[in-house]
Amino acid sequence: MSQAVAPVRHVLIEGNKSYHNITEDLSSPTEKAPSREWIIAFSLAAAFLGLYVFAVCWTIWKGIGSWNLNRTINWGWDITNFVWWIGIGHAGTLISAILLIFRQRWRTGVNRAAEAMTIFAVICAGQFPLIHMGRLWLGFFIFPFPNTRGPLWPNFNSPLLWDVFAISTYFSVSLLFWYTGLVPDLATVRDRASGFRRKMYEIFSFGWTGSAKHWQRWESLSLILAGISTPLVLSVHTIVSFDFATSVIPGWHTTIFPPYFVAGAIFSGFAMVQTLMVITRKVLKLEEYITLNHIDSMNKVIVLTGTIVGVAYLTELFIAWYSGYIYEQFAFYNRVFGIYWWAYFGMMFCNVVSPQLFWSRKIRRSIWWTFFLSIIVNIGMWFERFVIIATTLARDYLPSSWSYYSPTWVEISLFSGTIGLFFFLFLIFTRVAPVVAIAEVKHILKVAGSQFIGKNASSHGGHSSVQIKKEEN
Amino acid sequence: MAAVATKKVLYGLYTDEEDLKTAVKSAKDAHLDIMDVLTPFPVHGLDPVLGLSESRLHYLGFIYGAIGCLFGFGFMSWAVVSDWPIIFGGKPYWPIPSYIPITFEMTVLFSAWGMTITFYTICGMWPGVKPKILDNRITDDKFCIAFDVSESGKKDVDSLQAFFTKTGAAEVHEKEI
Repeated sequence: MSQAVAPVRHVLIEGNKSYHNITEDLSSPTEKAPSREWIIAFSLAAAFLGLYVFAVCWTIWKGIGSWNLNRTINWGWDITNFVWWIGIGHAGTLISAILLIFRQRWRTGVNRAAEAMTIFAVICAGQFPLIHMGRLWLGFFIFPFPNTRGPLWPNFNSPLLWDVFAISTYFSVSLLFWYTGLVPDLATVRDRASGFRRKMYEIFSFGWTGSAKHWQRWESLSLILAGISTPLVLSVHTIVSFDFATSVIPGWHTTIFPPYFVAGAIFSGFAMVQTLMVITRKVLKLEEYITLNHIDSMNKVIVLTGTIVGVAYLTELFIAWYSGYIYEQFAFYNRVFGIYWWAYFGMMFCNVVSPQLFWSRKIRRSIWWTFFLSIIVNIGMWFERFVIIATTLARDYLPSSWSYYSPTWVEISLFSGTIGLFFFLFLIFTRVAPVVAIAEVKHILKVAGSQFIGKNASSHGGHSSVQIKKEEN
Repeated sequence: MAAVATKKVLYGLYTDEEDLKTAVKSAKDAHLDIMDVLTPFPVHGLDPVLGLSESRLHYLGFIYGAIGCLFGFGFMSWAVVSDWPIIFGGKPYWPIPSYIPITFEMTVLFSAWGMTITFYTICGMWPGVKPKILDNRITDDKFCIAFDVSESGKKDVDSLQAFFTKTGAAEVHEKEI
């Protein structure tokens, strides 16, 4: 593709890579024996996964009474964790879909891993509503299926049922999008493998050959899936916010919830992508593909969405005051200065104050700051959901039913256990599939490779048609 | 599916997508019957040169979406209005606004699954399909033009060889697939 590239464009692939280098670098992590870091991380994740399984068994065996929920505070850590994970699950589709539509080339470095992260985060999120049912084996009752009870259908007016549809659709569409993108890369790994590995990758790459017509259809499919995933990703968190916003609880019954939740989701999702990418690029030695320019771009998204979230927090307080509605005012007074004040200020600090540091280019491009702040944002976003859920419920209409809630070891284990589950899945993924989209990186090589643009670009000796317009200065 | 007879394929490998496009163009000018062009990544600008018409997959995406939309809305309406009407205090029997979220989700679900299944079906790709690989490096860094020479005489093959040499193919091979 001969294309003039504006001098302001960043280099997205460092190290004068050829197509073959890209294949080599990106598929080799699946071919080598796991490193020691990987084995340690995997064992740790597996241990937490074991804890999770134990806590789930405990919950199912003993009942939901093993959690500290009570009549007043009937949603606690479980739904907090659910919303937190769903939020994290938004970045993948945002990066792959919305940035594809906006033709942001830097997405190619991180989209594959972010999509995988989405899928794993949604798996983690889905655990909580299911185990909260208590009788896990009746979980299928949430779907409308012909049954012998009438048939009796679920309540299609309930946001909780909308959630069932939204999240299952989101999960399955993300899976299709991710896997279809992965097929050509699995074929690359297949063609380098031999023996049993080759057989396995033959099955998983569906017989991909790279025919021009297939590529054309593949691109068409990716673009349409991106197009329909964009409203989908916005709808999912909107519907999650409806779980709260359509109720008549002061502090929940607000129209700002959908945009506020969506911005928060993107915010937390990008933070989690940063946490993962900073580690992955180091461990898998992908610094030349996930460059500082990628990290910089993602940090810009974090500062934007963090600021939107901050504006939403303040708007909420203003509207509570301005509404003149005492129950609403009390709910928000209580949210800020009540028994859970520490959670509110923790949230404010982590989500609104700390990302403002990213206005500084130096901090945006610092690996340590990025990693540190991404963790802070993850914590902050967890606090946000806790603040919304627990502190609102803790002060009921009747002072006699006011209550306080702190988790039991079971709830803590369930939460830390899903983190184990998440990393367990992600670490397996890094071993079996290329973490960076090989074909897509090759596709942008001539417009974003360090030998073609940027200050170190050399004139590419080979072909006149691929001479990239460099800044002549 | 009936067993497909093997084909004898003559293929040339290029090392750059620009060479490939030039070669495809000259093959078209010489009225050579290209069997397939295989690349490691989607090469933009290849489709018009190769004479591929635009994929119609997106029309199907719309149709599948429309089916999902009607199915979702229709099903909810049928379940709640006709099959098991529920009387909530004074609320309408047919609460259309609260059907919007699920109707939307069903639209997306049907469109995505329908398109993806169609994609794999028309490309003949499924788990267990034995890929007809000409060269392992086509998914790495080689760009391939393939001609079916099962029924060609030596003269035709020679002229194809000459074509590959002229257009700068790095390697030319013959293979039965």
